[in-house]
Amino acid sequence: MSATATTVAHEVPPTGLRAFVRKLRTGDEIAHLITLVFAAGILLVTSLLVFELWRTSYLSRAKFGWMFFWTRTWDPIFDNFGAAPFIYGTLVTSAVALVIAVPLGLASAIFLSELAPRKVSDIISFLIDLLAAVPSVIYGLLGIFIVVPLMRTILGPAIKSVLGFTPLFSGPNYGVGFLTAGIVLAIMVVPFIISVSREVLLTVPREQREAALALGATRWESTWQVVVPWARTGIMGSIFLALARALGETMAVTMVIGNDPKITASLFAPGYTIASVIANEFTEATGDLYLSALIELGLVLFLMTFILNGLARILIVATERGGGRPA
Amino acid sequence: MKKTLLVVWLLLGAAAVVAAQSGTVLLNAAGATFPYPIYSKWFDVYHTAHPNIQINYQSIGSGGGIRQLQAGTVDFGASDGPMSDEQLAQSKFKILHFPTVLGADVPSYNIAGVSGELNFTQKALAGIFLGTITKWNDPELTKANPGVNLPSTDIVVVHRSDGSGTSYIWTDFLSKVSEEWKNKVGKGTSVNWPVGLGGKGNEGVSGLVKQTPNAIGYIELVYAAQNGIAFGKVQNAAGKFIKADLASVTAAAAGAAKNMPDDFRVSITNAPGATSYPIASFTWLLIPAHIEDAAKRDAIQGFLKWMLTEGQKYNEGLTYSQLPKGVVEKELKALSLIQ
Repeated sequence: MSATATTVAHEVPPTGLRAFVRKLRTGDEIAHLITLVFAAGILLVTSLLVFELWRTSYLSRAKFGWMFFWTRTWDPIFDNFGAAPFIYGTLVTSAVALVIAVPLGLASAIFLSELAPRKVSDIISFLIDLLAAVPSVIYGLLGIFIVVPLMRTILGPAIKSVLGFTPLFSGPNYGVGFLTAGIVLAIMVVPFIISVSREVLLTVPREQREAALALGATRWESTWQVVVPWARTGIMGSIFLALARALGETMAVTMVIGNDPKITASLFAPGYTIASVIANEFTEATGDLYLSALIELGLVLFLMTFILNGLARILIVATERGGGRPA
Repeated sequence: MKKTLLVVWLLLGAAAVVAAQSGTVLLNAAGATFPYPIYSKWFDVYHTAHPNIQINYQSIGSGGGIRQLQAGTVDFGASDGPMSDEQLAQSKFKILHFPTVLGADVPSYNIAGVSGELNFTQKALAGIFLGTITKWNDPELTKANPGVNLPSTDIVVVHRSDGSGTSYIWTDFLSKVSEEWKNKVGKGTSVNWPVGLGGKGNEGVSGLVKQTPNAIGYIELVYAAQNGIAFGKVQNAAGKFIKADLASVTAAAAGAAKNMPDDFRVSITNAPGATSYPIASFTWLLIPAHIEDAAKRDAIQGFLKWMLTEGQKYNEGLTYSQLPKGVVEKELKALSLIQ
């Protein structure tokens, strides 16, 4: 295990309890033990969670099998459940959120770390950290009272007049729907991207910038071709933190998405996400199969987060190889 | 710091001593959210009059109430919809239903240029929520509203997204008046809605209706009354258009009470009677038929008796309709079934 443990063992010949107590006195063993227990605790909680979800979703898994992923119906009365519209809704809203939030967040982070005076940067980032702590129901209310009316009266018609010919922006616009949910999510996750990315960009050594400038690069070239690639891993990390929040967001999304379990190409259409349906229907779910299907949805969300995180890791490793930051 | 701790411990100790000495009966209950305001009022008033009886009520939803009662984690439950035969059969012990108050759903709408109260036929409501009636100037609507200039715009349907007793009453009514609804959608706290947007809670539905032009949604009468939301009249079984209020809801219950089954599991939507409002329902307390602990049994029986007589006076202040006399008498007799 640790190098310390081995050296200590060499110094003191192992003679039962006394040796053990002496080992404890050095402190290293205790620290080792405590951190190990805590780390194992996290693992234990996660596995318990998965096990419990797996166990209690038995009825639904037995009845629907793999079809659960493809079925488009969600009918608590006739006991026919499928996750497809919810998986679709979760992915679409998160994707919309990232498409909006990543450029916005990254640009702000670059401005704050590279261009803005340090004082301004510190004040603004303090405010951004505050934004990250706002409860999601507040963002939901913001969505209902500002984004939804704006979408119905100004934003939606404007988008439609330009891009209305594509299936993505066709159909009636109620104000609530995938796009609105995506926008509200974007507002919610952007502080995470800015805050983490800025910190990472600030850790890039001065020498890197100076070297680039010395070679005749402009300020922008040094930022975009040297500083950002150096911080790539950290920036990716901030984006996936944002994605994780977007995938699991419940309250704000359910307030503005329209809560209609349908798969529609149009971003104006109402939809539904996994987290929203669980929050909406869990309290009144009376049938055993119904409850089990809701729990299986939780399992699906866990699985999605797991897969997306895995993909993120692969992406990071792949981009590392392409150069940028030295190991 | 130490002082605070000491005080906390003393208080905890005192509470424990008081609880043990005076024979305080602590009852735990859980269930429906719709009657929560009146329940908490009742439990509070009853506790003031009988300091040794304390009732903790968690408004976690009807489904949760039923499940917790069956699991034995609460002393009694509460539900907006009666338990199904299947649920009763699954239960390890016998469960009795006691109606407590009445609730009703009302149709609320937002149509540009229409300010008066609209009349909704049963066919119209079923058609709108099935998605077969899609325009506000559909003949089914214009025919019932002479003199009102209904626009030719698309109807936007809004329903509850969260599982709720309000949806149960609404879908129960639609199941009774439309064969197609009954076979295609059915009744329940959550259903597979053929059309429409979902709003969370009464506030979500009324908010969407208010914001969205040409929208229609259903909300609880209590919520509509407390927030001054306008709503339409609905055609009852006798063919009359009735506006929901305390009296018309009680009338519906009285109409249905004549053939009230012995277990009180009755639906009063589309009830007979010229003055009955058709989209109303009882909400129930679920009491185990056999309670081992004599103190708890006496406490529950005592509370129920009070709730059926004295307690009903508090209903109208909170805009819940009173139980009709016939139902109260029948329930008082049924109290002896708790043993």
